[in-house]
Amino acid sequence: MRHALAAVVWLIAALPALAFEVEAERRFGPEGAARQVRVLATTDIGFFAPLAEAFLAQQPGLSLHYVQAASTEVHRAIDAEGAGFDLVISTAMDLQMKLANDGFARALPSDLVEGLPGWAHWRDRLVSIAQEPATLLIAESALPEGQPLPRSRRDLIALLRDHPEVFDRRIGTYDPQVSGVGYLFLTQDDRLSDSIWRLAEVMGRLNARLYCCSGLMIDGLLSGELVMAYNVLGSYAAANLPPESGVRAILLEDFTLTLQRTAMVPVNAPAPDLGALLLGFILSPQGQAIQMQASADAVIPAERFASQPWLRPIRLDPGLLSSLDGMTRQRFLAEWSAALDQL
Amino acid sequence: MAPRAPASLRRRLLIQLIALSAVLAVALYVAVRLGAERASEATLDSILGAATTAIAEELRSVEGGTELDLSPGTFSMLSAVGEERIFHRLDISGVAVTGYADLPLPPRPPSTLEPVFYDAPYRDTDLRLAAVARSLMIENRPAPVLVIMGQTRDGQRAIAQSLANRAAALGLAVFLVAVPLSLLAAGSLMRPIANLAEAVGRRGGHDLRPVRHPAPTELKPLVEQLNAFIARLRQTLAQTETFIAEAAHHIRTPLATLKSEAEMALMQAGDEPTRARLRGMIRATEESARSAGQLLDHATVLFRADQRAQERVDPGAMVAALVERFGPTADLKDMELRLDLPAAPLETLGDAVLIEAAMRNLIDNAVKYSPDDSSVQITLAAEGGFARLDVRDRGRGLGGETQATLERRFHRGANVAGVVGSGLGLTIVAETAVAMGGRFALTEREGGGTCATLWLPLSG
Repeated sequence: MRHALAAVVWLIAALPALAFEVEAERRFGPEGAARQVRVLATTDIGFFAPLAEAFLAQQPGLSLHYVQAASTEVHRAIDAEGAGFDLVISTAMDLQMKLANDGFARALPSDLVEGLPGWAHWRDRLVSIAQEPATLLIAESALPEGQPLPRSRRDLIALLRDHPEVFDRRIGTYDPQVSGVGYLFLTQDDRLSDSIWRLAEVMGRLNARLYCCSGLMIDGLLSGELVMAYNVLGSYAAANLPPESGVRAILLEDFTLTLQRTAMVPVNAPAPDLGALLLGFILSPQGQAIQMQASADAVIPAERFASQPWLRPIRLDPGLLSSLDGMTRQRFLAEWSAALDQL
Repeated sequence: MAPRAPASLRRRLLIQLIALSAVLAVALYVAVRLGAERASEATLDSILGAATTAIAEELRSVEGGTELDLSPGTFSMLSAVGEERIFHRLDISGVAVTGYADLPLPPRPPSTLEPVFYDAPYRDTDLRLAAVARSLMIENRPAPVLVIMGQTRDGQRAIAQSLANRAAALGLAVFLVAVPLSLLAAGSLMRPIANLAEAVGRRGGHDLRPVRHPAPTELKPLVEQLNAFIARLRQTLAQTETFIAEAAHHIRTPLATLKSEAEMALMQAGDEPTRARLRGMIRATEESARSAGQLLDHATVLFRADQRAQERVDPGAMVAALVERFGPTADLKDMELRLDLPAAPLETLGDAVLIEAAMRNLIDNAVKYSPDDSSVQITLAAEGGFARLDVRDRGRGLGGETQATLERRFHRGANVAGVVGSGLGLTIVAETAVAMGGRFALTEREGGGTCATLWLPLSG
């Protein structure tokens, strides 16, 4: 039952065995443009549209084909299917890292990589275009009178334990079996602290619901179905939850994972020069400003890592690959299921 | 074809030193390059081996199979060295169970203790791989387990290359420093040789003193040979002088006897034809005696010019003594010898014997070629650092011949008929002038006769 949603997604993904599942797609720019740049991304089209339009305004004669898919599908499209895209953007850093490690990423022009800080790129293959935190969303209505907002996982566990009647069946989090980002958050939570397992036990006892994506969790919060969501991508939360919704986004101060949205140009890109051109635009001050605006400032400028030390950027290096190992993944998921299922 | 002249010692030395430093620079580059590659490979291999062993040790047997817990730290460490790419593979009982199932297997199965390292191409790159074997109890039966970790070595190659580049720069610097140092070394090595060569060259051909310049040990035999040669030359010259002097003496003495015998015979002889023959005989004897004297003078000039004696000579006193000596001869021809000396005595530096011979020949010529009842004007004066001696006669002049021809040995003018001479007189004067650092000039005198001028440098 908990896995109902996941099972549906799994089924859809499994049916067209040879083609990855496309969530949405849109064409930008003039119909008869001389050249087209193809983008495959996990980012919602709505977030990307202002970037695409600003880019095309600078580059007449170009059109842009944007395909949105889940992070695991993005990985499958490039790895197994060799789909022809010029720029691949994903929030699942580990899967992107694996693509780059396995030789699917093309070397980027050196002027693109040179200006970036060390943590924002891996070699000249993979670059970070945005950083966003994994936030805790909580409905103000769920907090008992006079109770302050939880500031750490310890506060959160105490809150959940003390008020099971409020939270039972009303907590949402990623399903790491289905979601690439969900699995990345789980392994990184585990890397930084053991508290994730205690939290998983508590959430399991409260019959937490598992989701494929941040968007559905936010929908659940807006409809009142959920009162809390753990590890939601900050950009989605900020853009879709107006203050009057009564939902608060919290950056936990024991640590808040900060994900890097990474981009690469695949080796088999039909127009790698256009992919690099678009990437250069996204990294330019103009592109960064547009991106910041589109995500309602949930995208973190790099300088905030110093002023808010609890923001922990996930390291962009092959250390990410260890958790993608089949047996390691099995063990993680088994442990997660065990923590969640104990009753 | 002429044999090629050997290149200069300095250039040879320089070329060899520079070639040597070039070889050293290249050797440095190669050594550093190989060394850096080996060292970094050994270091990276030990990290790779340790990581592989650690992963193999973390493998646990659990209910229903095995459990592997790959640590992100291990992976980060393997990659952080140089942002390398990482690949792994786990085989249980010969079947790939996780990781990259197509990762190349080791060329020989690893022992349980030591990792096996090997290189293999994989996908789009070349990998350095380590394989570790162990066995694990699975479902109560031991099963062989093989753990393989592979990493790219792009960073290592880049580091080795940059080290080698630095070594190349260092080698080039060594080479560049070696060039001026080679110049210096060649210069310092060549200096004693150059000094010796210069000292020998400065002596000139007349200096027959032994070479006493300090010479490097290697050149001692050469200098000794040179000195032996000089000594032999001196000896030969001395023998020649003795020989000439003795020869002249041995000719002159019998000639004098012959002459006096002939004169006595002339006094006693009665008939005219016999007297005429005796007179001819006396003239020939005089000529021979004179020639012998001149030969002796000339040989002396030649020899003494090489000796370069430097003594103080008063040319005034010398010319006055000569004029007095020629007095009787001049009186026989009713000639007047007029002498003008400067108020203050002059002083020149040189060989008194040579100067006296030159002056004597000048006055002798003037007296010899002058007609009876004429006068010879002899003037000595200081002129611009020189003592100038003019001997003016009213004789036969140069007869259209140049000074150069008249100075030639045994050459006499065309207008000398009836005068005894050897053709050596002016040669002696000219050679003396050159040896003393002076000058000699012959000019026709207005109104007939010759003006002979000899300049000798004044001392001080």
